[in-house]
Amino acid sequence: MRRLISLILVALVLALLAACGTAASPVPANTAATTAPPQTLTLATTTSTQDSGLLDVLIPMFEKQYNVKVKVVAVGTGQALKLGTDGNADVVLVHARKQEDDFVAAGDGINRRDVMYNDFIIVGPSGDPAKIAGMKLAADAFKQIAIQQSSFASRGDKSGTNTKELDIWSAASIAPKGAWYLSVGQGMGETLTFANEKGAYTLGDRATWLAQKNKLPSLTIVVGGNRIEENADKSLLNPYGVIPVNPAKHPNVNIKMAEQFAVWLTSLDTQNFIAHYSVDKFGQSLFHPDSAEWHKANPTQ
Amino acid sequence: MTDLVSGFLQAIELLRRGDTSLSQIVVLSLQVSGIALVIAALFGLPLGTWLALSRFRTRGLAIALIYTGMGLPPVVVGLFVYLFLSHAGPLGFLNWLFTPNAMVVAQIIIATPLIAGFAMAAVMGVDPELRQQLHSLGATRVQATLAVLREARVGVVVALVAGFGGIISEVGAVMLVGGNIEGATRVLTTAIVLETRQGQFDRALALGLILLVLSFFINLVVFVLQSRGAPAKV
Repeated sequence: MRRLISLILVALVLALLAACGTAASPVPANTAATTAPPQTLTLATTTSTQDSGLLDVLIPMFEKQYNVKVKVVAVGTGQALKLGTDGNADVVLVHARKQEDDFVAAGDGINRRDVMYNDFIIVGPSGDPAKIAGMKLAADAFKQIAIQQSSFASRGDKSGTNTKELDIWSAASIAPKGAWYLSVGQGMGETLTFANEKGAYTLGDRATWLAQKNKLPSLTIVVGGNRIEENADKSLLNPYGVIPVNPAKHPNVNIKMAEQFAVWLTSLDTQNFIAHYSVDKFGQSLFHPDSAEWHKANPTQ
Repeated sequence: MTDLVSGFLQAIELLRRGDTSLSQIVVLSLQVSGIALVIAALFGLPLGTWLALSRFRTRGLAIALIYTGMGLPPVVVGLFVYLFLSHAGPLGFLNWLFTPNAMVVAQIIIATPLIAGFAMAAVMGVDPELRQQLHSLGATRVQATLAVLREARVGVVVALVAGFGGIISEVGAVMLVGGNIEGATRVLTTAIVLETRQGQFDRALALGLILLVLSFFINLVVFVLQSRGAPAKV
């Protein structure tokens, strides 16, 4: 018995050591030819911005220009805002207007700015069992799906996309419930994969759809058109906002750099870059610029 | 800090209120992992015993494979099972993807090497002379093996506990092949991931505490049963 206890103790110590080992992994040295050590900025954002690949090109541009190391934490909208509320992020970039407004109203964030928007579409099995292809309004399509009891995959995770989906259901005066309504509580990519396997409809953002549609052979766009300009339902627009975390509440945040990031992201140059991002890859842009600076320079759009 | 406290309070509140969606999640977790454990034990215990007691040329290789299997990341197992059960996969016709069946299959694959490995170590720890004596006393092979297993029972129970602990707490495989469908394939671990992603850390923590309490009581029952069945020698 005593041997057993000492064995367990040894195992515990080893496990602890292993845990420390991973936690204390060395930080890669900064090899850039800059003299001052770079500041760090923690950006909490949603998985959709990361999955689209946009951040992978934007962040290095910002880092280079301002000698800063940006740590991107890509999580659900709820968790991204929570990271800000807890002072674990310096700035958040999310798309859920109501939750963003609550975040600012609660004093957790300051100076929210519009950044860009893309749009939501309804995708479904090519056979279109609910016969909704070509419908103009998402709410009408949702009504038809509910009447036909066609399988529908819901993100079910209170993300920006899920919030929009629930808004559409309530616009259609339907409380979705039943064996046909599948709430999977996962990310956009996983939910699309799920719908593809199950032959279900789902609401998704166009950026993720374009990036993944080659792997989703049994799905097709049924409502929303093939480009954002063809989307007849303006309620399907999906605006993104950038919000620095309030330094009055969390003195540890890097407010100077957070504010700098927000200014840079909404500047005309960056906005023009966003407007052309991935046009060569998809034949259309994934995000449309939407900042005040951009609208000032392009008053007709 | 506030999340820690409110998570703890919420766990008590959830348990007290007997929340129906929670009880559904708990029941499904126990069903999936329980069934997987029984089936994995049916494979793993004989396999471990056989590896411990027999001698053949590729035994070293087999043991290395079992040890590797003990460290299989659940998400990799999930990926394999997913690809097999996907509509495009070889077993797609079963229509098991995103059902509890798929989750059981994945957990069997995770638990079997754990059980086999621990059982093998336990049986190897039994004095080899015991078997020789039993043989010389006229015991059949089966009788002798059963006697060895009885001698190694503490280790065998540890093997089962390790197998169960490995699957009741894993999230990668059940998320992938179960789909975390509310009211259908959502279990404690996938519910914890979902609450965390939503930033509801207190609810996530509450579910984690419930998972811990559950595991504790199961292990307590196992311990009581074991000490009743095994007087004296430990």
